[in-house]
Amino acid sequence: MIRLQEVAKTYRTRTGEQVHALAETTLEIGENEFVTLVGPSGCGKSTLLKLVAGLVPVTRGHIRVREQPVTGPFPDVGFVFQQPVLLPWRTVMDNVLFSVEMLGLDPRQYRKPAGDLLELTGLGGFETKYPRELSGGMQQRVAICRALLPDPGLLLMDEPFGALDAMTREEMSLELLRIWEERRKTILFVTHSIPEAILLADRVMVMSPRPGRVARVLTVDLPRPRTMDLEFDPRFKAYSDEIRGLIFSRRKERP
Amino acid sequence: MSGVRRLLGETLVPAATLVLALLAWEAATWAFRIPRFIMPPPSAILGEGWEWRYRFIEHTWVTLYETLGGFALSMVVGVPLAVLIVYSPRLRGAIYPLIVLTQSVPKIAIAPVLLLVLGFGEIPKMVVAFLVAFFPVVVDTATGLGATPPELLDLSRSYRASALKTFLKVRLPMALPFIFAGAKVAITLSVIGAVVGEFVGSDKGLGYVILSSTSYWKTEVAFSAMILLSLMAIALFAAVSLVERLVCPWLATDEG
Repeated sequence: MIRLQEVAKTYRTRTGEQVHALAETTLEIGENEFVTLVGPSGCGKSTLLKLVAGLVPVTRGHIRVREQPVTGPFPDVGFVFQQPVLLPWRTVMDNVLFSVEMLGLDPRQYRKPAGDLLELTGLGGFETKYPRELSGGMQQRVAICRALLPDPGLLLMDEPFGALDAMTREEMSLELLRIWEERRKTILFVTHSIPEAILLADRVMVMSPRPGRVARVLTVDLPRPRTMDLEFDPRFKAYSDEIRGLIFSRRKERP
Repeated sequence: MSGVRRLLGETLVPAATLVLALLAWEAATWAFRIPRFIMPPPSAILGEGWEWRYRFIEHTWVTLYETLGGFALSMVVGVPLAVLIVYSPRLRGAIYPLIVLTQSVPKIAIAPVLLLVLGFGEIPKMVVAFLVAFFPVVVDTATGLGATPPELLDLSRSYRASALKTFLKVRLPMALPFIFAGAKVAITLSVIGAVVGEFVGSDKGLGYVILSSTSYWKTEVAFSAMILLSLMAIALFAAVSLVERLVCPWLATDEG
């Protein structure tokens, strides 16, 4: 579904310095695949998401989504960020409808599917509440509903659970998997958490910084549906050790 | 029980303090035989103010009219100016230094020139009030328009929403609390601006009353006018706060 061909991104800072956010990267992501990107800060994870969404132009190379070259933003994308960034003046329902409104669709026709999504994420009955009346986890669920409502083929998630406490985080990961089982889509998921990356993914892309690049791609061969018990599985530990090794060995290379 | 205690703490204690201060003031003017034209006792201020009540209605109305005119101008000019500044870096470079320049000139120094150019009447006072009040509107609105989280702007862009749609549905509502913060400052500054304008040249308004009554040694009347001015400023501030609460109900519980 997504194909990156020798894609590179270089930023120029105000002082004129060149920052290599992403070095030549070639990769392919299949339809309905769940791919996680894991790595330390500054390894180009978020840049990669923005490039795929067409929010920033590539410096070199080509990106194709469903064989179409990406030249700018395209509507088949849902975005979830680390912060829920809801609109505080809108109710939960109207926040979910925000995505279809911005897409230029008629929000009245989406009230029913929006209600279904809220029901699916355990927010049934909260339609008329305001964001400030919800916990951080619930707000992030609303943000996920907002991204899912136009039923995009591609969901881009930039550390969506990074601001949540550990318990809510586990709960949300499992819930995301449950939603994904019900409504299959291609998901690109950025995270700092190695266990989270393994638990969710079909494939984990381990990234390394300076310049940002994909150091290794691991296929997670673990049965679905997955639960937290998976953490006690020896294979889980093996994957985790491998990723940790990749990230930390690189750290030691530098003085 | 705690409700009663809170009522005591929030209203009764300050009210009692005020009454005590007034009594002390009253007693001091009698005890030290301070001449009324230097420092009139509160009773004389109230008495004389009551005598003047019909004349005060007209003067208060004039000052209120000038204040509201200046405030309206500062909002109507200030908010679009801020939008231009935020959306066009080139205009920002062109306009911003000019705005800062208008702020660097003391308003009381511009007032006589303005009155010379614009003549007598309420309009020049509105212009003075506007000049005093519009700067915080511009600055706060510009800050508010820049306060939209970049993720929301990315989101709008990924949905290919137009700049106008993003402005109306995201950036402007996000900026509303900031715009109201600017409006609250602007309304109180407008009162000052109107009075400054009246000081320079007028035959109506509470500023005129203060100036003329002090030159006739009618200090009580000047004090009454001052009280009316501050009551007016408080009422206008409360009115803007009320509008804020009606327009931005989602902020209500954040304050209390």
